[in-house]
Amino acid sequence: MVKRDLVVVGGGPAGMAAAISAYENGVKDILLIERDLYLGGILNQCIHTGFGLDYFKELLTGPEYADRFIKKIRSLPDIDISTRSFVVNLKKDKTVTYLKPGAMCVVRPKALIMATGCRERTREMVHIPGTRPAGIFSAGLAQRLINIDGLLPGKEVVIIGSGDIGLIMARRFTLQGAKVKAIVEIQKQTRGLVRNVVQCVEDFGIPMYFNHKVSKIHGKDRVEKISIVQIDDNMKDVSGTEVEIGCDTVLVSVGLIPENELIEMAGVDMDKRTNSPISKEVNKTSIPGLFVCGNSFKVYDYVDSVTADSELAGKLAAQYLRKTK
Amino acid sequence: MIRKMICIECPKGCSLSVDIEGCKVKTVTGNKCPRGAAYAIAENEEPMRIFTATVATKGLNLKLIPVRTNKPIPKKDLFLAADETRKIRVEKPLKAGDTVTDNFLGLNVKLLATREVA
Repeated sequence: MVKRDLVVVGGGPAGMAAAISAYENGVKDILLIERDLYLGGILNQCIHTGFGLDYFKELLTGPEYADRFIKKIRSLPDIDISTRSFVVNLKKDKTVTYLKPGAMCVVRPKALIMATGCRERTREMVHIPGTRPAGIFSAGLAQRLINIDGLLPGKEVVIIGSGDIGLIMARRFTLQGAKVKAIVEIQKQTRGLVRNVVQCVEDFGIPMYFNHKVSKIHGKDRVEKISIVQIDDNMKDVSGTEVEIGCDTVLVSVGLIPENELIEMAGVDMDKRTNSPISKEVNKTSIPGLFVCGNSFKVYDYVDSVTADSELAGKLAAQYLRKTK
Repeated sequence: MIRKMICIECPKGCSLSVDIEGCKVKTVTGNKCPRGAAYAIAENEEPMRIFTATVATKGLNLKLIPVRTNKPIPKKDLFLAADETRKIRVEKPLKAGDTVTDNFLGLNVKLLATREVA
């Protein structure tokens, strides 16, 4: 077992900002653990602009925003970085077990910062009826397939939900030559930023159906079509409003949920509804010295706010280490 | 004529009131920063967008590199820009901010890499 002053789990914007801030606040023995081959987290697939205006006072793309922190963290030799490293166990005493190619490692830090981000909510979580053919993707998965792997998941697309990732993917699919036939939103208005409605949907004349829900997904091997129906103020179907839309692909963009199985495993008090730690103060948990920051603490709208709050997590960890010395 | 619109320069999305006479913008109110006024003028006189996409690579550590234009391009040219980026192939390592194509589409803008590729 290796001992460390601080371990940070997650090499996205939250983990990098927390590690850099802990270093700047005096912590000199830091290990950052990242499961991917590269640092940057989900920013690497967010190739659109909209990042950095608050923090850098510049309009950046996701990869550019990440690149600034990657450069900075790589310039600090006191921060060890272990990529392709997947944490499989976390104990109450903050012992972290992780797998990396060819090895299982155990490390016990005095302080721990978890920056594990979010997962996307799924079709199952919003109860969309119908069959289970190929061609149904979460919006972020489609984003990864197009922007990282160079694959176009479909040619005729319907997007369920109007979260920002869904809106951004509407534009991306359109510019890649696919036809986005509809965005279906159960609420009266978009869940995403108005900015994205303007530049991703209205710019391309994509129809948006508000107060509509998907009543069924059809298709045997591959998605063939979906049925949508208008709903009233009591969320009841309005009879006679059902229409079918032919498509080969359905994107589900219905929000994010913090990914916190590890801290749950360690016994942190959790809010089951939001899947985030119960806490009166940002970044803190029921276990002293175990901090959570970024989208795994709560779902943020802007990465700039993730950075600001994660820097605070780094500072809190440094304060904790000074007190326990 | 007063046109209500939402600024898309940043995620704040300010509600703008734009006083338009003919094809020209007279005044802009509701913007929290100067970008808002510039956006309202451009959007009504010639709409512009920053273009982002990916470009294929050969023999490098990433299959694709993300790219952007260094300046906004006319909105009407977005599809042309998407077609053009599909023809480009990057074969040498680049850093974020390096130029992929000078004078992209003859628009006097640069296409820049936004991620390091080795």
